[in-house]
Amino acid sequence: MLVIVFGASFLAYNLQAFSSDPLSIFGESTEKNKGYLIAKMIRDLQLDVPPPIRYFSWLRGIVGGLWGDFDMGLTRTNLPVIEALGQAIPVTIKLVITSTFLAIILGISVGMITAIRQYSRFDYVITFISFLLFSLPIFWVAVLLKEFMAIQFNDFLANPTIPPLAIVIFSLIFGFIVAGFIGGKKNQFLAILAGAALFASALLIFASATNWFLEPALGIFGVTFLALINAVIVIQLISGLESKKGRTAGFGTALAIAILYYPLQALMTENSSFLTVVAIFAITIGVGIVIGYFVSSIDRRVYLRIGLFTALLSTGPIILDRFMREFPDYLNSDAIGGRPVPTLGQRNDLLTPEQIDNFWISGLDTAVHLVLPTIALTLISFAGYVRFSRGSLLEVLNMDYIRTARAKGLSERTVIVRHGMRNALLPLTTILVNDVAGLLGGAIITEGVFAWQGMGQLFNTALRSYDLNLFMGVFIIGATLTVFANFVSDLLYGVVDPRIRIRK
Amino acid sequence: MSQINPESVTEKNENEIASRDTQGLSQRQIIVKRFLKHKAAVASSITLIAIIILVYSSLGTKIGFGKFKMSIPGWWGFKITDIDPEGALANTCNGGVTGCPSLDLVPSFLDGDGIRFGSHPFGTDVIGTDYFALVMRGAQQSILVMLVVGTLGIVIGTIIGAIAGFFGGIVDAILMRVTDMFLVTPTIVIGAVIGFKFGNLGVLPLAVMLGLFAWMGLARFVRTEFLTLREREFVDAARVAGASDRRIIFKHILPNAMGIIIVVGTLLLSGAILAETALSYLGFGVRAPDVSLGLLISEYQGTFSISPWLFWWPGTLIVSIALCVNFIGDGLRDAFDPRQRRHISIKERKMAKELKGAKN
Repeated sequence: MLVIVFGASFLAYNLQAFSSDPLSIFGESTEKNKGYLIAKMIRDLQLDVPPPIRYFSWLRGIVGGLWGDFDMGLTRTNLPVIEALGQAIPVTIKLVITSTFLAIILGISVGMITAIRQYSRFDYVITFISFLLFSLPIFWVAVLLKEFMAIQFNDFLANPTIPPLAIVIFSLIFGFIVAGFIGGKKNQFLAILAGAALFASALLIFASATNWFLEPALGIFGVTFLALINAVIVIQLISGLESKKGRTAGFGTALAIAILYYPLQALMTENSSFLTVVAIFAITIGVGIVIGYFVSSIDRRVYLRIGLFTALLSTGPIILDRFMREFPDYLNSDAIGGRPVPTLGQRNDLLTPEQIDNFWISGLDTAVHLVLPTIALTLISFAGYVRFSRGSLLEVLNMDYIRTARAKGLSERTVIVRHGMRNALLPLTTILVNDVAGLLGGAIITEGVFAWQGMGQLFNTALRSYDLNLFMGVFIIGATLTVFANFVSDLLYGVVDPRIRIRK
Repeated sequence: MSQINPESVTEKNENEIASRDTQGLSQRQIIVKRFLKHKAAVASSITLIAIIILVYSSLGTKIGFGKFKMSIPGWWGFKITDIDPEGALANTCNGGVTGCPSLDLVPSFLDGDGIRFGSHPFGTDVIGTDYFALVMRGAQQSILVMLVVGTLGIVIGTIIGAIAGFFGGIVDAILMRVTDMFLVTPTIVIGAVIGFKFGNLGVLPLAVMLGLFAWMGLARFVRTEFLTLREREFVDAARVAGASDRRIIFKHILPNAMGIIIVVGTLLLSGAILAETALSYLGFGVRAPDVSLGLLISEYQGTFSISPWLFWWPGTLIVSIALCVNFIGDGLRDAFDPRQRRHISIKERKMAKELKGAKN
C-alpha cells in the first residue's frame, strides 16, 4: 500500500517537474537583474538538482513525520504547504459532502425503484435522464445553473408570483415522480399523478399568494406533515405499513416530534451554535428510541430502528424551519440586497460581524452559496448511482434465494427490502468508497467554476505557478485518500459480506 | 390427463419465443441482431456517424503524415480565421445584438421567416468569426482526441490486462501494482499536468499523451476476465495441441474477452471526450488559436446573457456526442451479455398464452 503511494508520488513529482519550466517566465523578461533572478530561482527551487533526486529531498520531509520532523516544504509564496492545505481541505469537504449524500440517497433509491419496475415507463424515463446526466460536462451544467437557477430565481424574488404555466409544469413533473415511485397499474398511476399534481399546484398557488418565497417557513403544519411522510417511508421500509406496532412506533415518533416543535424553538436562539443542533437531534432521537422501546418487547430492534430513523429524518424539517425564519432578515440585509443566490464564492464578505456570529444567518449564507455547486455535483454523480444500483438490484433479484424467499410465502416487500436490497447494496460499498476518494478530481473543475478556494483551486494554482511543493501536497492527500479508501472498501466488504474472506 | 401448471407452460413458451430469435445463428450474428434490437443504440450510431460526417466534411480535413499529406477541402465557405463583420452586422436580434444565428428551422407558417440557413447558421462571435466553422473545428479536435485516447487506452489496457491475467504470479503482481500506481492519481490531475506541457504542441501530441494514461481501468477488467478464462477447458485443449502462449492469448482467449473490452472501451471514449473538454475548459488542453469544444465554452461563457448561442452550440455538440457513445455502449453491453434475456413484450406474452391454449 505504501509502495503504491510512494511510486505514484515519484511518478507525479517527475511528471510535473519535467513538464514545467519555472524559468520560462524570464523568457521575455528585459529586467536588468534577470541573471540574478534566474540564479536566485535556481537556488530556491534547487533546479540544478535533477528531479528524480530532488524527489528524495521532498520525500525526506514527509518521511520525517515518523520522528516528528514533518515538513511538506514551502509554497512559492513562502507559506508552509501544510498551512495552505489546512485552509483548503475544510472548504472542499464542505463543498462535496452535501452533494455526495444527496446523490447517494437519491441515486440509490431511484435506481432501486427503476429496477423493481424494470421496463416500465418510469424506468425508461429515468434511464434516459441518467444517460443524459452522464454525458453532461459539469462546467456546462454549472454555467446553465448560474444563468437559469441563480439569476432567474433572484429576478423572480423581486416579484414572487408564479406564472400559471410554471405551476402546471412543476405540478406535472412532481406528479410523475410521485406516481413513478409508488407505481401500480395504469389507472392507479394516473390517479396518483393527478392527485400529486393537484396537491403540488395547490401548494404553489398558496406559496405564490402568500409571498411564501419572501418569508419562507414550514410552521407546525409543515413540520408535522413532513414528519408523517417520513414515518410512512420508514415504516414501509422496515416493518411494512400493515404492521400495527410498526405504525405505532413510526407515527408515534412523528407526532411526538410535532409536539416538541414549540418547546424546541426555545433552544434555537441567536446564541445557538452547532452544538444546539446536535443537542436537538439527541433529544428527538432519544424520544424516538424510547417510543420504539416501549411499543413492543418482542422484536424490539425493529421498532427501535423505526423510532430512530423517523426521528432522525423528521428533525431535519424543524432545523430547516428555523433557518427559513431567518431568511427575510438575511434577504433584506445590506450585504444581500434581495438577491440571495450567488453565482460565485464560498461566503459573502459583506456580512456584518453580528451576522457572522449568528449561527442561523451564517449557516444560511453558507447554504445559499452551496446551492449551485451542490446541484451541479449531485446531478452529475446521481446518474452513476442510479445505473449501478439498478444493475445491482436486477442482478440480485434474479438469484435463486430470491425465488426461495418468494416461494416460502414472504411478502413482496420483505423479499425486496430484506433479501434484495440488502444484498444489492454490497457491491455499492466499493463504488461509494472509490467515489469519495475521487472527489478531489471532481472538485478541481467545480471549484474553478464556482470560485471556491479549496483543494482544486490549490492544485490549479500550483500547476500554473510551477509550485512543486504545493502540487505534491495536494497530490499526496488525494493519493493517500484513494489508497486508504480502497483498503477500507476491501475490509468493509469482508465485514458486510460474510461470503468474502480477504485472501492472505 | 395430468394437470399442467398454466404458469410453467407460459414460461416455457416465453422461453421458446426468446430463443427462437437465436436459433441457427452464429455468435456474431446473434450479437449484431441483439444490438440492432436496441433502438436507442441504433439511433445513436446513426446520429454519431452523421455528426462525424458533418463535422469532417464541412471544414475539410488533412489525412496522412509528412510527404503523403492529403488535404480534403470542405464545403463550408468560412475558415476559423476568416472574419466577416458585414455578415455579423447583417444578422441582428434581441434589440441590436450582432452576429445572431441565421439558422431558422421553424417553418414559415408558424413564425413567418421560413426554413433557412443563411450565411452564418450558428451566428458569429463579437468580431465576426463564423461560429459554425469554429464549432465544427472544435468538434473535429474533440472527436480526434476521443478516438486517439480511446484507441490507445484500449490497446494498452488490453495488452497489459491480458499479460497480467494470463501469466499471473509475479508478472501479475508487478503489473497490477503499476496499474494501481497510475490509478491512484486522478485522471484529471494527470491530464492537467500533461495538458499543461503538451497543450501548446497541438492536439495530436496531447491526445497521444492522454491516451498513454487512460488504460488503467480497462486493464483491470481485462485481467479479471483473463483470470477466469484461462482456467477453462478450451485453453487447456489449445495448450495440449501445442499452441504457444501468444497464440492462446490472441486466438483463444482474446475473442472471448472482446465483450468486456468493447463495453469498457466505449465508456472510455465517452469519458475521454468529457475529459478533453474539461481540460480545455480549465486551460490545460487545446490552446488558442486552435479551438476545441471545451475551449469555446470557456471562452464565451461570459457572454451568455447577451449572445447565448455562443454557449449553446458547443455544449449541445459535446452532449450529443457523449450521449450517443453512451447509448451505443449500453446497446453493446446488452448485445454481448450472454445472461441477458430478451424482454418479452405484452404482445408476445399474449402469443405465448395462445400457444398454450393451442397445445392443450
